[in-house]
Amino acid sequence: MSSISNDADRPGAIDARPVRHPGRWVAIAVIAVVVGMMVNSAMTNPRWNWSFAAEVMQQKPVLEGLLKGTIIGTVGAMIIGVGLGVLVAVMRLSDNPVLRYVAFAYTWFFRSMPRYVLLATMGSLGYLYPVVDLGVPFAQSLGLTFAQLDVNALSRGLMFGILGLGLSEAAYMAEIARAGILSVDKGQSEAAQALGMSPGQTMRRIILPQAMRVIVPPTGNETIAMVKDTSLLLAMSITTELFFQTQAIGTRTLKIMPAYVAACAWYLIVCSVLMVGQSYLEKYFGRGFGPMPKKTKQKITKIGADH
Amino acid sequence: MARPMDAPVLVRAINVTKSFHGNQVLKGIDMEVRTGEVVVLLGPSGSGKTTFLRCINQLETIDGGRIWVDGDLMGYEDKGGVLHRLHDKKIASQRRGIGMCFQRFNLFPHKTALENVMEGPVQVKKTSKAEAEQRAIELLEQVGLGDKPAAYPAQLSGGQQQRVAIARALAMDPKLMLFDEPTSALDPELVGEVLKVMRDLAAKGMTMIVVTHEMGFAREVADRVVFMDGGVVVEEGPPSEVIGNPQHNRTRAFLSRMRQEEAAHGRPPTTVDLSDVPAE
Ligand SMILES: Nc1ncnc2c1ncn2[C@@H]1O[C@H](COP(=O)(O)OP(=O)(O)OP(=O)(O)O)[C@@H](O)[C@H]1O
Ligand SMILES: [Mg+2]
Repeated sequence: MSSISNDADRPGAIDARPVRHPGRWVAIAVIAVVVGMMVNSAMTNPRWNWSFAAEVMQQKPVLEGLLKGTIIGTVGAMIIGVGLGVLVAVMRLSDNPVLRYVAFAYTWFFRSMPRYVLLATMGSLGYLYPVVDLGVPFAQSLGLTFAQLDVNALSRGLMFGILGLGLSEAAYMAEIARAGILSVDKGQSEAAQALGMSPGQTMRRIILPQAMRVIVPPTGNETIAMVKDTSLLLAMSITTELFFQTQAIGTRTLKIMPAYVAACAWYLIVCSVLMVGQSYLEKYFGRGFGPMPKKTKQKITKIGADH
Repeated sequence: MARPMDAPVLVRAINVTKSFHGNQVLKGIDMEVRTGEVVVLLGPSGSGKTTFLRCINQLETIDGGRIWVDGDLMGYEDKGGVLHRLHDKKIASQRRGIGMCFQRFNLFPHKTALENVMEGPVQVKKTSKAEAEQRAIELLEQVGLGDKPAAYPAQLSGGQQQRVAIARALAMDPKLMLFDEPTSALDPELVGEVLKVMRDLAAKGMTMIVVTHEMGFAREVADRVVFMDGGVVVEEGPPSEVIGNPQHNRTRAFLSRMRQEEAAHGRPPTTVDLSDVPAE
């Protein structure tokens, strides 16, 4: 039937030489040298003072600042930011023009305010309104106050700082959430409506869970940025915060560089943990959208196979 | 499959008009569908079939005319001759009795087949989870997917997805089912399994309005075929008449184009052979 008559003539398993990538080896060599020099200098220059940096990391005020200002600050600000941001995004996409304009105005204002300036301004609100009366509108003139808030005291508290960061964050989160909502196919809300679901149910049960797939990655980005922005709380004279506390030790002991190293190390650790959390969230909200982990695995093996 | 013509009217559309940005797509559609009737809507692309179906369950608001489903005026309340637009929630509750299947299935991708079917009863009808699950399993079995409750839509073939979509619509116990080209996004070998489910549904007495280009289905299952073109109903009647012996040139031209297309795609030619249509 053909000239290929026996198995010996037929091509067998491929045993080819892979493509060479000399450039990669050069790059690895250069990186190795640079890293080696850095490590060498870090080990031999006593001014780095690693042991002191490690000690600073474990000081009680530093740990308290890390927990309260940095971690609780980030978590609190992001809870306000995500919750309010999604609400603003839904308002922005609503049929109701009043809600749409309010949402637009909110985003416009808080995106235009630098965080540092916003926090400093909020920290001084006590100057304008030393006390806030809680009651019906125009309560003061009507003599109907139920309770009073001492703004001066409040504005120096962590809660107020978290509120400020959260309000600012919500403006950015609103745009992220809006992009997520718009990324969901229109057929989804139509199918939900056809089942008789109300617009609210459709948003909560069908649109938002799918939008989360698009919302989570940039939110991880925002969260990590927030960890670092908690150092701006100082603008409100909030000092239970990681960077201020490490810096304070540095200035007091005149070992400034090791103190900075301690702060950097803590920021690196916190952000690494957050990145792990993000990948779990992405997996959760990516359910039903194909086996993502497998794809990643393929990519990794492909890179390996290229050599 | 003739049905008693004295069954109560379930859908009544009178002089329905609809424009998109000044382009009038529906130009006065009149239609009556009786309980238990299967009506197939035929017509060339752009003739307004999808738009009309979407108007029935108010995914589009109509500009003129009236649509009643089971006696309810859709989308409005008539207070002494003055129409008042209904609130979104009222409209949502009017839609409960109407199931809809889309060309592109539109299953909820983040929910399993079972969760897709349970969503309507649990969220809208406030059925208990256990009861809804029980019923969802039955429905999945009814559409031949009893073995796939845990599959996500992305893990199902197109035909399987469309059958889940049918089960999802049926879970609301609709009195009317709307199908918009349920098989046109499917590979030819998957069309049959979806048509079979629809055929069974028709045999059980479900009232259905079906937009489809499947002539075999129209001839066998439809009680009535409505041919639309350019936003008007051109002719209607039993399939043997509209498909077998069309009276209008536009209908004839459309049908012969359909036949050519099906021949070109290697599918059995439809129409002409009327052996399986009972003589009227
Ligand atoms: N949302 C919309 N905005 C603007 N024009 C639209 C919209 N929906 C439909 N149309 C127009 O209305 C006309 C009728 O569309 P429709 O989808 O009802 O046709 P059809 O009969 O279902 O066609 P097909 O067989 O291709 O599905 C088309 O010209 C279409 O471009
Ligand atoms: Mg259509």
